[in-house]
Amino acid sequence: MKDFSVNSIFLFAAAGLVVVFVVVQSVFFLVKAWKRAGELGIARDTLKRVVKGSAVFTIAPAISIILGVITLSKFLGLPLPWLRLSVLGALTYELPAATTAANALGIPIAQGVADPKVYSTIAWVMTLGIMSGLIIITFFSQKIHKGLNKIQSRDKSWASIFNAALFMGMISAFLGMIFAKITTGIVGWIPVFIMLISSVIMLVCGYFVKVRKVRWLEDYAISISMLLSMALSIPVTNLLS
Amino acid sequence: MTNDNSRSYSEKIHIWGRIWGVIAILMFISYPLVVSIYYSAWPDAGPFFKGLLGVAPVFWLVGAIEAFTYAPMLGSGGAYLGFVTGNLTNLKVPCALNAMESAKVKAGTEEADVISTIAIAVSSIVTVLIIFAGVLLLAPLQPILESPVLAPAFANILPSLFGALAVIFVSRNWKIALAPLLFMLVLFIAVPSLASSVSIMVPVGALIAIGVSRILYKKGKI
Repeated sequence: MKDFSVNSIFLFAAAGLVVVFVVVQSVFFLVKAWKRAGELGIARDTLKRVVKGSAVFTIAPAISIILGVITLSKFLGLPLPWLRLSVLGALTYELPAATTAANALGIPIAQGVADPKVYSTIAWVMTLGIMSGLIIITFFSQKIHKGLNKIQSRDKSWASIFNAALFMGMISAFLGMIFAKITTGIVGWIPVFIMLISSVIMLVCGYFVKVRKVRWLEDYAISISMLLSMALSIPVTNLLS
Repeated sequence: MTNDNSRSYSEKIHIWGRIWGVIAILMFISYPLVVSIYYSAWPDAGPFFKGLLGVAPVFWLVGAIEAFTYAPMLGSGGAYLGFVTGNLTNLKVPCALNAMESAKVKAGTEEADVISTIAIAVSSIVTVLIIFAGVLLLAPLQPILESPVLAPAFANILPSLFGALAVIFVSRNWKIALAPLLFMLVLFIAVPSLASSVSIMVPVGALIAIGVSRILYKKGKI
């Protein structure tokens, strides 16, 4: 049997190949959508703003994902968490999935996996355990969108309300979650305060965009609110706990 | 631009999406597969199914819910790409919403589909680059990222994100937002343990919002 290490070059190569594939796919869709946007008459300037805005928006969440990679790497080495969190997976799933798999196998997650059999079991479980979204989208997305088009062609104004209602469902679930710990005392209120701080910063940005006509700010307002309130959460937490 | 043209783009997107999706599924499976072959380390059936039973029921459900909730939000191109590249709730979906907002396109239109696809593609590429840099620079970065000083900032990333998003979307649709918001507030305060399965609550919120707005719409209030 070959020597096994959770950080072997072989594993890095296997993971890297998949990551590269996903980058190629992203570039493919980017090019196709960019061309189509031109045909639809969307201004190049708007597209550039979308690209810049999205890139900046991604920075803070992506850095928090690195933190997830680090956490998992103590147990699974770097290649697998790097692969799972760069593509397909999400911070919110991979950690609990890896922990559950390890528990089922009766392995402590405090130290690195040394047995290739254990490693491959966890890799299989994480891969097959978190795939339903991709499978459904790949095979049924056309059906889902056909259904939506039907709603849209029947009643245009209801269709746009329907879309807004979907957003609101998502946003209200997450806003509600932020209040989940308020009964535990003042520390439980911290996320609520941070949310309010972020809202206030967003309102201030909105004032500059709408009233003062600071146009460039519009694309970065959410990123700025997010980063500033993350930064302010440090003194707020220190003050309250 | 003719209608024919637009039909062919949306048809092509579905064809591309399916081809790339199938290859992606095979690629993702290839990792555990090559590990098992290279190290001749195939999992034993017992532990494998025990592990899968611990993970799959919850995450298959969450994945299915996400597929049905996010597919309409992201548009067809955005959905195909988003579900391959992952990190939907904490990154791709808000990023696409932000982009559609700043480009002033209406969700559900082909313009929105295209903008959402571009946003998700850019976000995926940037994510891969940042995480790659993070993996390369792990030694110097680890103590900084894991320092207790920064811990509150990462613990509060979702409140920081949704506080700002709420200002844009709730203020514009407050009549639609009110009922699901109140419901979620009461629910999460009453049952704090639900916080870990927030994804499952997303479609519940969406159904309440759709139900209430259907009534308001019929009454001509929105």
